[in-house]
Amino acid sequence: MDASILSSILFATIVAGTPLIIVALGQLIAEKSGVLNLGAEGMMAMGAIAGFAITLHTGSPWLGVLAGMAAGALMASLFAIVVLTLMGNQVASGLALSILGVGLSAFIGKPYESEILPTVGAIRVPLLADIPIIGEPLFNQQALVYLSWVLFGTIVWFLYRSRPGLVLRAVGESPSSAHSIGYPVIRIRYLATIFGGAMAGVGGAFLSVFYTPLWVEGMVAGRGWIAIALVVFATWRPFRVMVGAYLFGGVMVVQLFVQGSGLGINIPSQFLSALPYLATIIVLVIISRDQNTVRLNAPVSLGQPYRPEA
Amino acid sequence: MALTKIMIKKLALVALVCAMTGASMAADNVGFVYVSPIGDAGWTYQHDLGRLQLEKETGVTTSYVENVAEGPDAERVIREMAKRGDKVVFATSFGYMNYTLKVSKKFRDTAFVHVTGYKMGENMGLVNARFYEGRYLTGVIAGEMTKSNILGYVAAFPIPEVLQGINAFIKGARSVNPEAELRVIWVNSWYDPGKERQAAITLISQGADMITHHTDSTAVVQAAEDEGVYAFGYHSDMSKYGPRAHLTATTHHWGDYYVKTIKEVQDGTWAPISVWGGYPRKMIKLAPLNDAIPEELQNRIRNMEEQLTVRELHPFAGPVIDQSGATIVPAGKNMTDEQLNKMNYYLEGVVSTIPN
Amino acid sequence: MIRLERRPEASQVMSYASPLIAILLMLIGGLLLFAFLGKNPLEGFKVFFINPVSDWYGVSELFLKATPLMLIAVGLAVGFRANVWNIGAEGQLIVGGIAASAVALYFQEAEGAHVLILMVIAGGIGGMLWAAIPAFLKTRFNTNEILVSLMLVYVAQLLVSWLVHGPMMDPDGFNFPQSRMFEDSALLPLLSEDSRLNLAFVFALGALLAGYIFMFRSFAGFQMQVAGYARDAARYAGFSAKRMIWIGLLSGGAMAGFAGMSEVAGPMGQLTEHVSSNYGFAAIIVAFVARLNPVGIFFASLLMALLYLGGEQAQQYMNLPSSISNVFQGMLLMFLLGSDVLINYRVSWKEARV
Repeated sequence: MDASILSSILFATIVAGTPLIIVALGQLIAEKSGVLNLGAEGMMAMGAIAGFAITLHTGSPWLGVLAGMAAGALMASLFAIVVLTLMGNQVASGLALSILGVGLSAFIGKPYESEILPTVGAIRVPLLADIPIIGEPLFNQQALVYLSWVLFGTIVWFLYRSRPGLVLRAVGESPSSAHSIGYPVIRIRYLATIFGGAMAGVGGAFLSVFYTPLWVEGMVAGRGWIAIALVVFATWRPFRVMVGAYLFGGVMVVQLFVQGSGLGINIPSQFLSALPYLATIIVLVIISRDQNTVRLNAPVSLGQPYRPEA
Repeated sequence: MALTKIMIKKLALVALVCAMTGASMAADNVGFVYVSPIGDAGWTYQHDLGRLQLEKETGVTTSYVENVAEGPDAERVIREMAKRGDKVVFATSFGYMNYTLKVSKKFRDTAFVHVTGYKMGENMGLVNARFYEGRYLTGVIAGEMTKSNILGYVAAFPIPEVLQGINAFIKGARSVNPEAELRVIWVNSWYDPGKERQAAITLISQGADMITHHTDSTAVVQAAEDEGVYAFGYHSDMSKYGPRAHLTATTHHWGDYYVKTIKEVQDGTWAPISVWGGYPRKMIKLAPLNDAIPEELQNRIRNMEEQLTVRELHPFAGPVIDQSGATIVPAGKNMTDEQLNKMNYYLEGVVSTIPN
Repeated sequence: MIRLERRPEASQVMSYASPLIAILLMLIGGLLLFAFLGKNPLEGFKVFFINPVSDWYGVSELFLKATPLMLIAVGLAVGFRANVWNIGAEGQLIVGGIAASAVALYFQEAEGAHVLILMVIAGGIGGMLWAAIPAFLKTRFNTNEILVSLMLVYVAQLLVSWLVHGPMMDPDGFNFPQSRMFEDSALLPLLSEDSRLNLAFVFALGALLAGYIFMFRSFAGFQMQVAGYARDAARYAGFSAKRMIWIGLLSGGAMAGFAGMSEVAGPMGQLTEHVSSNYGFAAIIVAFVARLNPVGIFFASLLMALLYLGGEQAQQYMNLPSSISNVFQGMLLMFLLGSDVLINYRVSWKEARV
């Protein structure tokens, strides 16, 4: 395979993986606190339309990203009120949030379907971008790609090196013991859930402002669900989220490249597309076999409501 | 502020249209079933342009339902239109065929027209357009203008209509440039802008300098604009999305046919037929040619459009040779409609393979 | 400051009032929405909620649309009551539909009732098979069933896509992605000639009744209920957790598979990629809105179905975009899910306790 092709596969893989990383890392934080929000698809859709609309009106993709973040956070707040304060079922409420977000974004987005945004340029890191093969993919990307790495670093630091991160994990492990030693369980879960929504919104805005860039109804096209799968695939570890996102993205990209290259490989594309999901199930089985591994990785109280008896 | 302004404008427009449709109950009504949201470009958008033309030219009222899944829900939507007495119901996607047929048997006073498909009924006709005629012309332009001799095609599903487009494109290109080769990427979705763009960029990185698509968004044209290659739009004129890259587009025009159908129904002369129209019926046109196309080539294309209109030019005139080298149509003959409808192979010049 | 206080015991009044409160909230939300759009809200509500059921055909369509929701929701509720979280009914429906279609296509020339009976069995088994995967992994490896069943939805969608583009494609269908049309012997009998309502609706009502008996009148149902409330207590009492996981997942799978069969052998009459209109996910919401009670499921399914039908009407008669019905649905469901808190808690305006 020639080097420039390899380089462009890497490049495309990183671009395709970026929204997944951002959304999945946000979900990871929410899930670490014990909240399972299946509404990622809806929050991404809202982030996508808010980001697109604000970028169009202000000309600033950064304000667009902020708007996407706010829209996602708003949707997540609604979800948090229902499941944390009102103790609605998390699975059902998440599904309802998905429906609401996809519908509302389409509804708000009607006037924007004909609009176009200029493409946001890449930021080239001098010298490093000239490294053969990996230079372009790693060092000549749009700003949000670099920011996804910053986000990754921050979250690793937060979860494993900071005190609030420790508290967050404690809340997800055992809300009742966290409560009994004086941590405000509900408030922490609120913050984590809203952060998850904000990141879903940024991921959506990445799609509509940086990636495509356009707005059409249904443009998230299932990426929110993939992000949820990814968190599980990664067994709630940020590094594995990164690897997983690039794997998910890479499978799609490589499949496109194989097709375009005209190599006579004839695997039904549905089979290739199913691979990441099957892999996720296998990973789940492997990590669940041993109770200790589960305790190390999965937030024990995931999806279960908690209300401190005051 | 600007945001609310747009919203208000749009809402006012919607309200106006509503008031108009509500006001004249006496006029005949025509129903449209759309498979996707109308949007601003694409398959459904072109049908909606036809619907608006129909309203303007004939004074009938229309109503539509968009985003109707190609499942059991479609039958209820179609039946509702028939039941309330719509003169004609246009069902505009393949998956509605069996449902339309079923409803048509119960509502004999309504004329049903199904776009694409192969089943007809006593009061159900079919219409489709020979999209491949436009594809052939864009292929000629691509074959003349390519520097790398590699062309790219982003496609949704390997149904005959899509394969006709692919094969016409490469046949057009090869008619002027025997070195041209075509790479095809299937995205298995009519509608996933992210994936469509990715497929386009993949083709470009593999050397394609002329790309086109048979999917429903404008992502491929936008990708070409960003990457500095040329693109051909599909369904709609997509030049707005890539003023430099967009050389032309194969555009669909349903309005004249809709008008004709309504008039025939009102006159009582309508009969369910299967219409497969192309240049002669003006159902297919090219969008305005980009100035980047040399004048000589522009003239040649216009000339070929004339020939298509009078049926002197057939994109699948023999010899038609498939990818494996087998002759499908010998020299001196044209491919029959039956053969076109069952197309499930690539012609020579396509270097990809068809999935399963 | 508004606070929630736990009631000493669940409020009977509120368990009936909370859905009404939610509907009231949704109507207010709808009112604002219509007003914002410059539409007459009364007209809007009439188009959305009255028009779809203004004649027998409309009512029959409502029942038809609610049938798969009832079937799946009651099957899922059995598991949900025991805290077995099967959220993959969508995939189980698809596999049930595939299995039933395979039978129908195999017996193409055959006459007689055995074709349909075999299809019902195949549909149920197909759904159960798909649900057995998370059940097996849960009992054997302690794998989270929420996530496994969800992953399998995607696999099922890709499976049906592959089948209708490949092995099960109609050979005379001009390469369009769909199976042959089924023979009459493979179609569910209609309940009335001028509608599409078929025998599956009767089965759905039967399933609701059976679900009710199982949940409230059988020992196994009682066991599962106890397990749902207090897992440890159930363990001490010697209830088998594994058995409950199997029952919970297989009941959901069987009903979802049967729902898939009722779609392909009912209004579709063939297998296509669009075998499910998101019924598997919608039914989860239905089950929770109904508080996992079969009587509630009956009404919640009808309400959900009405929202779909109303959305179509709103497009045709008010020129509202299709997304409006999603907005409405999402709003109502969030309200419903949230307002249930009032059953176990009361709102008070007292100062926070020091």
